[in-house]
This record gives sequence, structure tokens and C-alpha cells, in this order.
Amino acid sequence: MDLNYGAEYEDFRKEVQAFCKEYQGVSFKSDSNVVADALNSSSATKKSKKEVTRSEWQQILIEKGYIARAIPKEYGGYGGETDIIKSRIIATEFSKAKVPGGMGGQGIDMLVPTLLEWGSEEQKQKYIRPTLHGEMIWCQGYSEPNAGSDLASLQTKGELIDGNWVINGQKIWTSTAQYSQMMFCLVRTEPQAPKHSGISFILIPMDTPGIEIRPLVDMTLKAGFNEVFFDDVTVPEENIVAKRGEGWSVANSVLGHERGSLADPNATMNRLNTLINMMKEQTIDGRRLIDIPSYRDRLMQVQGKVMASQAHSLRLLSSKINPGQNVKLGGMIQKLVGTELRHELEGLAIDVLGEIGTLYEDSPYLKEDGSFQFTYMYFLGLIIGGGTNQIQKNIISERGLGMPKEPKVTEAS
Amino acid sequence: MFFGLSEEQEQFQDYVKKFLADNVTVDEIRKIANGEDEALAKEIYSGLINLGINALLVPEEHGGLGADLLSAVAVAQGLGAGVGPIPFAGAYVMAPIAINLAGSDEQKAKYLPQIVSNETKFGVGLSEYVAAREDAGIDLSGGKANGKALFVIDGDEADYFLLANKGGVLFLVDAKDKGIEINKLTSVDKTRSYLELNLKNVAAEILLESENNPEIAKKVLDAGRIIFAADSLGASESMIEKAVSYAKERKQFNRVIGSFQAVKHMCAEMASDLEPCYAMLWQAAHSFDHEPDEARLQACQAKSHISEVAKMVSKKATEVHGGMGFTDLLGLHYWFKRIGLNRQLLGGPELIREEAAEIQGFNQ
Repeated sequence: MDLNYGAEYEDFRKEVQAFCKEYQGVSFKSDSNVVADALNSSSATKKSKKEVTRSEWQQILIEKGYIARAIPKEYGGYGGETDIIKSRIIATEFSKAKVPGGMGGQGIDMLVPTLLEWGSEEQKQKYIRPTLHGEMIWCQGYSEPNAGSDLASLQTKGELIDGNWVINGQKIWTSTAQYSQMMFCLVRTEPQAPKHSGISFILIPMDTPGIEIRPLVDMTLKAGFNEVFFDDVTVPEENIVAKRGEGWSVANSVLGHERGSLADPNATMNRLNTLINMMKEQTIDGRRLIDIPSYRDRLMQVQGKVMASQAHSLRLLSSKINPGQNVKLGGMIQKLVGTELRHELEGLAIDVLGEIGTLYEDSPYLKEDGSFQFTYMYFLGLIIGGGTNQIQKNIISERGLGMPKEPKVTEAS
Repeated sequence: MFFGLSEEQEQFQDYVKKFLADNVTVDEIRKIANGEDEALAKEIYSGLINLGINALLVPEEHGGLGADLLSAVAVAQGLGAGVGPIPFAGAYVMAPIAINLAGSDEQKAKYLPQIVSNETKFGVGLSEYVAAREDAGIDLSGGKANGKALFVIDGDEADYFLLANKGGVLFLVDAKDKGIEINKLTSVDKTRSYLELNLKNVAAEILLESENNPEIAKKVLDAGRIIFAADSLGASESMIEKAVSYAKERKQFNRVIGSFQAVKHMCAEMASDLEPCYAMLWQAAHSFDHEPDEARLQACQAKSHISEVAKMVSKKATEVHGGMGFTDLLGLHYWFKRIGLNRQLLGGPELIREEAAEIQGFNQ
């Protein structure tokens, strides 16, 4: 066991800490048109105002190599080497200092790594830079009303007619569709092929005629999904990523990126600390919540789980640095364990607040902006989304424990 | 940066696992548990001593291996995995740590080499220090110990007992002292011994430094808790392996039961709750030696959290085996009971979580 990263990394940590100190309290301007202005302003002005646009912030972080670290310069990245320890240090220090990280979202987290792996040179040139800089927002067109856990049965149809893909069908659970410039979409282009090999991965500009977006409000009443309808939506042939019929493989490499990012142990630790502080401040009959033994015991149980999952993430980190270190099914459990734990933690916060815990939106007596209720529900969404936790259990038992697949049911007519 | 067991530690664990797998079948465990084969029990005990598990935590200057607690954890996982019917947590972890931290130079020079040669064996009773049940408790005055120690572990062949009073003063008593009455207790877990000691004017050899520094008794306690957590982790790992392999063989409705999602999901739940426990345990053991500020909280949380996960595993793994899981014939219950005893020793999860809260200043 050696938990030291070494002197070089401790220097890097100091550099990141200094950066975090400089930008502590940074907040975001909503107007994205002032990007150019702000970028030219002096760092002193930035520091005093501490107000930047999202895309400026992306630019600052990319220049430092704190995000897009291993993405080549020619595509708008930092152009460095992948360094897992540095990534870890960045995540930890940003989280400690409560300095916002880079933008997330389907484009940066999922599409960029996919294009790097599968995209043509033109596609990389065209899409990666604006995506990294927050100027091109993406949504994901995978699920359909009849293709959820059984995603490969999707039916949205794409036909190649006169050098264009003509797309018809419907997608669902499409978050951020209403803000997005682009969608990466799974489309059935080879209807004669077996279901997994008949799918292609196609990039669709969201302003193409024939696209209709209908909002689908989720239980939080805040974060919105959409349904997206395609009626003879026509995009150029070159918008396909990889070859015809390779879409399933392309999508699987993207899902791998998503599952890793769903449950961040640093974020969970921060929420635990928020909960602990709240339990020290809030009272029942003048008695602090943390002094009530049954509440305290539940808090300690959750703390135990959070500590286990933090230690586990260190072990996973170590296995990436030290090839040959066997973590068995360590990586496979992250989505299942992480989302369930977070849901439990937020639910505990609601319970200890009692009636106060039910308050929402802009109610008087609201604590932490109602984030406990919101996150409690939001994580129920994550338990279901990104491959339901029941599907995760199938994956863990089949690929992790080597248990047999459920026998195929012969199609009833 | 490397987070995990070193190659050496893994190797040591593999030796222990292999020794138990090769030499201690369920039938043999049953014989030992029922006290039907003393010779076999001795043979297994000395086989593990030959691997050097007793010398691990004794400093090199006293002839030991001078290893850290993580190495002992690696061994304890292996012992739990094979329900090793031998003393360990008390005799070869808590006792050497207590003597090394709190003993005088003379005491260290006397006892530590004898742990390495296994000429002197220690039983350990710290239950009263943690939470006195019934009328247990020891009064220590004028160099004499009076009272009762319950749930003493590793004591069957002990030459000395390491005990503590409520204030955390650690002391040794000679098992041959005429003032000691030793009664066997019978727990569900028959792979390990469990004693009651009644002491009347027994000469107590105090480990002096523990009088000056109450943190030492806590340190000894932390070590014991981490080792019991490791034992439960190892036992849980075995139970999952057994459940998964049984589910791959047993057929019902013309299918192996492991192809039913109801069964698969139980296995996935066990595996995914247990998996983070490895890192939690190893981190606690590492902190015990190298990160004093984190050590107490991590030891408490590792013991309580792993006890909870192990309890869940012991139940679900038994269920996966169906009726067979419930039989003595299959012997799965030895693992179930091992986990059950580990859970309560040196404090059950609720008591330890209260301690964890106290360490953080939460319960004022």
C-alpha cells in the first residue's frame, strides 16, 4: 500500500490549489454572446468580478489542462497525455474548494470520446472543438418508446436516398434536446440484418426540417426530458460515424463512458458533509438532529457506505495506474452502488427534516434550496436511466460472476 | 501510488487459503467443531503456525516479521474464507500489539519472542472495556485483579490472558494462577473458543504504558476490530463463491437456477455490496499504521459496515442454496456463524457507530 502520488504530483496539487484559490466563488454569466469580450479582459478584472461565461470557463480550464487534457490541440483540447492521477487531483481539489469543474453533458462526456475513437478526420475537425468550448450542445437519441432496456430493438428508420439519410421515427428520454444544436442518434439502416448489426450512428443537426421536440416533464418538475419525432428528416450521407451497421458497437463504447461518470464519490462526500452540517444546525424541540440517536445511527450507516465507496474509487484508480492489479468486478458495480447510495443519502436528509423535508421549489422554511428532494428524485431517475440497476445486476452476475444468461424466449406470434 | 495488498501479502493470503482448502474440508471442520478430533485440530493449528502467522506483528528486534496490520488483514481474510479453526485476532494480533505498545522493555523482551516461538499463548478479553454485559467487569487494585471477564477469545490453550479494566488499563494474568476459574462458553461458532474468567485476587502484570496513555487500549481495540472485519470479509467472499457455483450447477425447471434473475440478482447484490469493503478494510489497516488521524474512525466504520454487509451476504448466500443451505450436511452454516460471531465481538455495529459518532464529536 502506498498512497503517495510522489513529489511531482504534490507540486501539481499545489498548482491546482492555487488555481482554485484564485477562482474561489467564481460564478457564471448567463449571456453567451459576451464570450469574446470577456476572453480579452485582463485576469485582474476576471478575478475581481469572478464572473465568467460557461464557454470562457471552459477555455480557462482547457488552457490549464484541467479538462480535455488528453484531447489533441488540433481539435481544441490541451494536447497532453492522459494522467489519471492528475485527473484525480483536479477532481479532488476542485471539489474541496467548491470551484465548478468543466461542463458536462452528452457532447463532452460521450460524443467527444466516441468521435476520437470512431470518427473520421473531418468529423473530429468539425465537431470536437465547438463541443469542448460549450458552443455546440448535443443530445443523445437512443431510447425509443419500445426500445428501453432492450435498446437494440430500436425502430427509427434511416434510408439512404440520393446521398442523404432520410430518417423517420421517434426517440424518447432525450434530455437537453430543446437546447441542443446536434443529436447523435441510433438509427436502423439495415432492416434485413440481425438486430444488433442493423444499426448506424448518425449525427443530426437539430434545426433540420421535420424534427419536432415535445417536452416530457419528469417527476422533479425541473430537469426536462423530451420526445423527439422525425418526419423525413434529411441529413448528408457523411453524417454517419463509422460504417453502416456498426452503430451498436459505437454506442456501447459511449455507454461505457457514461456509466463511469454517473456516480462521483467526491460529490457524494460533499453531500454527506452538507447533511452533517445541516443535522448540527436544525433542531426538533430545540434538540439538534444529530443528537437524536436513531437519526445519528442512520447517518453513521450512510457515512460507512460513503467511506467504503471513496476507498473503492482509490482502488480503482490504483488499478488503472498499475496494470495487472486485479479489481475483479470493481468497475462494474459503480453505477449500481453509486446511484443507490446517493438516493439513500438524500432520502435520509429528507427523513431527518421531517415535514420540512417535504418542502420544495420556493417554499418558506426550505433548506439547501430544496436540493435534498430534488436530488432524491433525480437519483431515482439515474437508478432507472443509463441501463436500469436491474440491467446492471444482470451485467454484474453474467460478466462479473460468470452466471448464465436468461434463456431466450421464443417470440410469441 | 498503489492501493491494495502487495504481492507478498497476497501470496501470504494464498498460502493460508490453500492450506485450509487442502487440509480442512467441511467434514474436518465439523469434527473439530464437535471436539471429535483433537489431533487434527492440533495439526491444523501447527500447520498455520508453520506459515508464520504468529510472528507477523512482532517487531524484528524481537524475532518477528515486523509486518504491518495490513499483512495481518491479508491473513485474516484467508482465515475467514476457510473458517480457520485457530486463534488469531487475540493471540497473534491484539496481544503482540498491546505488549509492544504498552509493555516495558523487559516485558517485550520476555513475551514477544515467545509469541514468535509460540511457546506462550495469549487469550484476550476486552469485552468489558467495550461494553460490560451481565455482571462482568474487572477491578484492578494493589496489583490484584478481581471480577469477571466474559467472551475471552483465543483462550483454549492460553498460558496468559490479556485483559483490561473499564479505564483501558491493559494487564496480563497467568492462566495457571489459582485465583482464576475458567469456564467454557458455547457460541454458535464452534470454530473458535470462547471463555468466561472469574478472577479472585489474581496477580495482574500491568502493561504500564497503558496506564499513562488511554489511547493504547483503543489502538488494540481498533486492531482487533479490523481483524474481525477482515475475517468476515473473507467468510463473505467464500459464501458468495459457494452460492454462485451452486447456482451454476443446481437445476430446476430444466434450467440451472443461476439463470433465473431472482437468483442472479441476489448474487449481484452480494457481490456489489461486498466489493467496496475490500478497499475500506485495507484503507483502515493502512491508516492504523500510517494515518493516525484517520485511523480510529476508519476502524470503527470498517467493522460496523463490513459486519452489516457480511450479515446480508450470510443470509442471501444461504438462500441461494435453498434447503441445502439450511443443512448441517453442506456445512455452509460454519461461515454463517463465523460472520455472526465476528459481528458482535468487540462491539456490534450499533455500539461501534455510536463510537464513530463520538470520535467526530457528533454526540454531545
